[in-house]
Amino acid sequence: MSPLVSIDNVDMRYGGPDGTLAVAGLNMKIAKGDFCAVVGPSGCGKSTLMKLVTGLHIPQSGVVIVAGRQVTEPVSIVGMAFQNPTMLPWRTTLENILLPLEIVERHRKRLRRHKREYVEKAEHLLETVGLKGFGSKFPWQLSGGMQQRANLCRALIHEPDLLMLDEPFGALDAFTREELWCVIRDLHAEQGVTIVLVTHDLRESVFLADRIFVMSARPGRIISEHTVPFARPRELSLLYDGAFNDMVQTLHGEIASARAAA
Amino acid sequence: MTDAAVPPAAPPVPAAALPRPKARINWIRLAPWLYTLGLFVIWEAAVRLFELPPTLLPAPTRVFQAIVQYWSPIWKNSLQTLYTTTLGFALAIVAGLGIGLFVGWSKTIYAGLYPLMIGFNAIPKVALVPILVIWFGIGTVPAVLTAFLISFFPIVVNVATGLATIEPETEDVLRALGAKKLDIMLKVGIPRSMPYFFGSLKVAITLAFVGSVVSETVASNYGLGNMMSSAQSQFNVPLVFAGLMMLAVEGIAMYALMAWIERRMTGWAHRSTMGN
Repeated sequence: MSPLVSIDNVDMRYGGPDGTLAVAGLNMKIAKGDFCAVVGPSGCGKSTLMKLVTGLHIPQSGVVIVAGRQVTEPVSIVGMAFQNPTMLPWRTTLENILLPLEIVERHRKRLRRHKREYVEKAEHLLETVGLKGFGSKFPWQLSGGMQQRANLCRALIHEPDLLMLDEPFGALDAFTREELWCVIRDLHAEQGVTIVLVTHDLRESVFLADRIFVMSARPGRIISEHTVPFARPRELSLLYDGAFNDMVQTLHGEIASARAAA
Repeated sequence: MTDAAVPPAAPPVPAAALPRPKARINWIRLAPWLYTLGLFVIWEAAVRLFELPPTLLPAPTRVFQAIVQYWSPIWKNSLQTLYTTTLGFALAIVAGLGIGLFVGWSKTIYAGLYPLMIGFNAIPKVALVPILVIWFGIGTVPAVLTAFLISFFPIVVNVATGLATIEPETEDVLRALGAKKLDIMLKVGIPRSMPYFFGSLKVAITLAFVGSVVSETVASNYGLGNMMSSAQSQFNVPLVFAGLMMLAVEGIAMYALMAWIERRMTGWAHRSTMGN
C-alpha cells in the first residue's frame, strides 16, 4: 500500500534565493492510519513541514505526495489545529466547528439542506471530546483547555484523512494536557484518522505516537526515526514506566546533540 | 431601587444592626451630570466674580436665556446642521466601508493607498471649502461634503486594520481547506473588522460635526455655523455660546447613539461586559 503522505528530498527556502533554508533534503513517509510525531530543536522547520503537507507552501525542489497526488495547491483532506485555538469570537462553539463545512467544496453545497445531519455530527464530536452541551456557548466563555477541545472538533468535522497538529497542547497546564492526550488517543483509536503531531514535548510524542521522527536543527531534515513499542491502548500510568522514560531520554539525547551540532 | 421594595411599615431596625444600606447613590451613573453641573457652576461663579461683560464671556444663565430667547432660529439651524452632518456622515460610512474593504483586501493596495490617504487627511479640510464652493456653490452641499471628507478617514483606517490583522493561523486553517480570498474575507475578515468599524463611528461622528460647522461658517446661509458667525459679527456673544451649546448637545447625542449601536452590533467584542 502506498503511503498517505510521502515527502521526497524536499527543499524549502523562504524569502527568495538568498533566504533562509528551512528544510533541506527532507524525506518522510506516513502510512494511512499512522500516528506520527515530529520532534526536534526549536526552529527546525517543524511548522514548515506542516505547511508543506497541507499545501500551504509548495517546495522549491522535491516532491510532496498526499493521497496519491502531488501537492500543488492546498489539499482539503487535511484538518489542522494549532497551539492558538483561533476560534472566531462572534460565532458560537457549534458554529465555529461547522466553519470548515462552509469552505470545503464537497460539503458547502450540501450544508444548507443537510444542516441537521451536520449539526448532529458536530454534537457527537463535542461529546467525544467531553464538551457535550457546550455548543451554544461562545468560545470566549470556555476555558483554554475547552477551546482546544473545540479546536480539535473543528479540525475533524469534515472527516479529514489526515489530522495535522502543531503543538496543540503547548499552552495548557499539565493536567489539562494529559486529559487532552487521552482525548486524542481515543479519537485516533475510534476514527482511524492519520495523525501528524508536531511537538517539542517528548513525553507527549512517546505517549501518543506509533512513530517518532527526530529533526535536525535548521535546515531541517529527519535524522532518525523511532518506532514506539508500547502496546495500545496506553494508559497514563505508562508515563511512569521505566522503558517509557528510557525512550524519552534517548530522544532527548538526540535532540541535544542536534542542537549542539547547529 | 431595591429599597423601594421594602414596605415603609417595616419594623424599625436599629441602625447599628444593619450591615450597610444596600441601595446607595450610584455615583458612577450620576457623575456625568454632576461634573457638567459643576462646570456650569464654576463658569457662572467666575463670570460673576471677575465681572466679565457678556460680550467677552457670557455666564451660563445668560446663554440659556439666549437659547430661550432665540429658540426658533436656533432650532431651525440646529436641524439644518444635524441634517448636513448626518448626511455627510452617512456618505462617509458607505465610502469608508467600501474603501476600507478595498484597502484591506491586499497588502499591495494597502501599501499603495495608505500614504495617499495620510497625505489627504493631513490637509486641513477648511482649505477645501473654497474649492467645494467653486464646484457646488455655497449652502448645503459643501457642508455635507466637508463633513464627509473629514469623517471618512477614521472609518477607512479602522476597517482596513481589522482586515489586515487576521491571525495567520486562522488564515492557514481555512486556506488548507481550500478557502479562496473571498471566503476568508466573508467568513473572517469582515466580521472581525466590525468592532473596529463601529468603534470608528464614534470618532467619525464628532469629526463630521466639525466639518459641517466649519463649512457653514465660511460658506453657507444656514446652519449653526452660519448662525454663530453672524451672531458674532453683531457682538451677540450669548447667541454664539448658545450655538456652541447646541452643537455639544447634538454631538453627545449622536455619539451616544453610535456607542449604543456599537454595543448592540458587536457584543461579542465587549466580552467582559457581558459576563459569563
